[in-house]
Amino acid sequence: MKLERLRSILAARNKEFLRDYSSLGWNFAFPVLVVLGFSFAFSGREQDLFKIAVVAQPDAALSSEFLQIRHIQKVDKQESELQDTLQRLKRHQVDFVLAPAEQGSGLRYWLNETSPKGYLLEKLLLGSVPEAARLQVIKGTVAGKEIRYVDWLISGLLAMNMMFSALFGVGYTIVRYRKTGFLKRLKATPLTPMEFLLAQIFSRLWLLVSVTAIVYTGCHLLVKFTMLGSYFDLFVVLIAGSLCLISLGLVVAAAIRSEEFAGGVLNLLTWPMMFLSGVWFSLEGSPNWVIQVAKVFPLTHVIGAARAIMTEGATLGQVMPQVTALGAMTLVFLVLGSAIFKWE
Amino acid sequence: MVSSPSFILEVRDLKKSFPGVQAVDGVSFGIAAGRCFGLLGPNGAGKTTTIEMIEGITKPSSGELLFKGRPIGRDFKTSAGIQFQATSLQEYLTVRETVVMFASLYTKRADLEELYRLCDLTEFLDREALKVSGGQRQRMLLAVALVNDPEIVFLDEPTTGLDPQARRQFWELIRKLKSQGKTIVLTTHYMEEAYALCDEIAIMDHGKIIARGVPDSLLRQYFDTVTLVLPTGGPALTAEIVATAKEVLDRPDGLEVRTSEVNRTLQALIASGRDLSKIQVRSSTLEDLFLHLTGKELRES
Repeated sequence: MKLERLRSILAARNKEFLRDYSSLGWNFAFPVLVVLGFSFAFSGREQDLFKIAVVAQPDAALSSEFLQIRHIQKVDKQESELQDTLQRLKRHQVDFVLAPAEQGSGLRYWLNETSPKGYLLEKLLLGSVPEAARLQVIKGTVAGKEIRYVDWLISGLLAMNMMFSALFGVGYTIVRYRKTGFLKRLKATPLTPMEFLLAQIFSRLWLLVSVTAIVYTGCHLLVKFTMLGSYFDLFVVLIAGSLCLISLGLVVAAAIRSEEFAGGVLNLLTWPMMFLSGVWFSLEGSPNWVIQVAKVFPLTHVIGAARAIMTEGATLGQVMPQVTALGAMTLVFLVLGSAIFKWE
Repeated sequence: MVSSPSFILEVRDLKKSFPGVQAVDGVSFGIAAGRCFGLLGPNGAGKTTTIEMIEGITKPSSGELLFKGRPIGRDFKTSAGIQFQATSLQEYLTVRETVVMFASLYTKRADLEELYRLCDLTEFLDREALKVSGGQRQRMLLAVALVNDPEIVFLDEPTTGLDPQARRQFWELIRKLKSQGKTIVLTTHYMEEAYALCDEIAIMDHGKIIARGVPDSLLRQYFDTVTLVLPTGGPALTAEIVATAKEVLDRPDGLEVRTSEVNRTLQALIASGRDLSKIQVRSSTLEDLFLHLTGKELRES
């Protein structure tokens, strides 16, 4: 491994990228446009459904009528998840929490005092419970500022943009290099595959970090979104996520010769991630198999960690499971990618 | 086997098979240092596969490759300069940036300013590498092949597709390299190019070398004849004419009568009452040699 060789390939790739103004402009403009579009589309608009978290099995006699009201989405939770669910209520991610009484028959419910939805749901619940049983229903409250959809969405959009840039940027470029014979020309020099691949990774990493930082700042000026956690933690997640997605791009590009085929494979990877990694909507309440499948996608972990930091103020320690998953995937992709890499 | 010390590069019984094709079928040759060696043959003869095996780009199925008497290893790349038949470069980089980028991949480097002058790049050094003309592009790719000041240079059909003027300019460059003492391995399907540049040639067909030697002595070895070219459309040749000829070939540019007894053939032609005002007389070329050896035109593919 010679640092100078790596540096010169890196510099050449950066120049090539930076001078391609149309593609460079697109890399910056696309995410800003998406965020702007969404902030307009969702400004002042709430989601249609009432979302109720149902913890364990509350007394059916008291709650079944209430839960059968239309336009209510139920999310089932375990007894052990009660505290977590109340946190979610604080952030307005659920509107109402229903649980069995601690002892004997009866119901407990919680609402967020700052949420008008909670007030309405409380009226509905009490209306559905017979007069005589009212004493068996115990009220709890939490208070917390609402996380708007745009606050929630921003991490998903930034991560999605990162995914496209990493996969297509690295994947297409290397396949194009291979197809045109540029890689074969490099093979005739003392450059090693590892040096070449590392240069591609650093070049894209640098780009992803700068684009994401600029887009983040730009979006923040346009739409004041919530950021509760530490910027350093978010930066670590950004680096881990970028590395993982770039390495996945390297695996795709390792041996494919045709740009059309590479495009197909990249679409096959990006589309499910776009819909199943929680970019647009929370996977909460989805069938269990969907949640399990989503864990295979690096994007799920990037978004999970970034969103927790931004909207819940999670620390690096709290998002360590996601960061570790990203690190492990990166390692697998890198080893696989350099093992199957072909110059021609 | 002991290597002959006079060869800088030696190839022994080199073979390469691809599924269904024996691309290179037992090729052997040796090249003395400082010489220009030409590998000739039609498209698909196995020239490119042969040199790409030497360069380490393609893995041989079997055979031995020796550089300065030792098996070719990884470090051969630092001593060799390579110009492929088709190479695309990175977009948006200038000619200078491209050359510098390749130079920085090597520890041993040529003096780049001198290299720009040698390859005549100075006028378009700061133009985008992908936007220069065909001749300029080939000279830039040659410069890329020379960035490590190589002892041996491989040029795979470097003048294919160039106009005659650009081709001759490129030949001048190759002569300059020769005068610097570099060993050159050149593949081409232009016989006049091989004749103009090469000290020694090997003609390949169907993966085998079918003739090898110094161009002039090869021609003398195969031909003691002169070729008379008669324009097409005349009367059929009489039996007397054919009797004096060694070979009669019906080729696109006319009827070729190959003879070692020019006087007798000409007399027979005159006696047949044929109009000889458009007759051409020429000595044999490598093109004829190729046709003679393989029974087909060199540029048929």
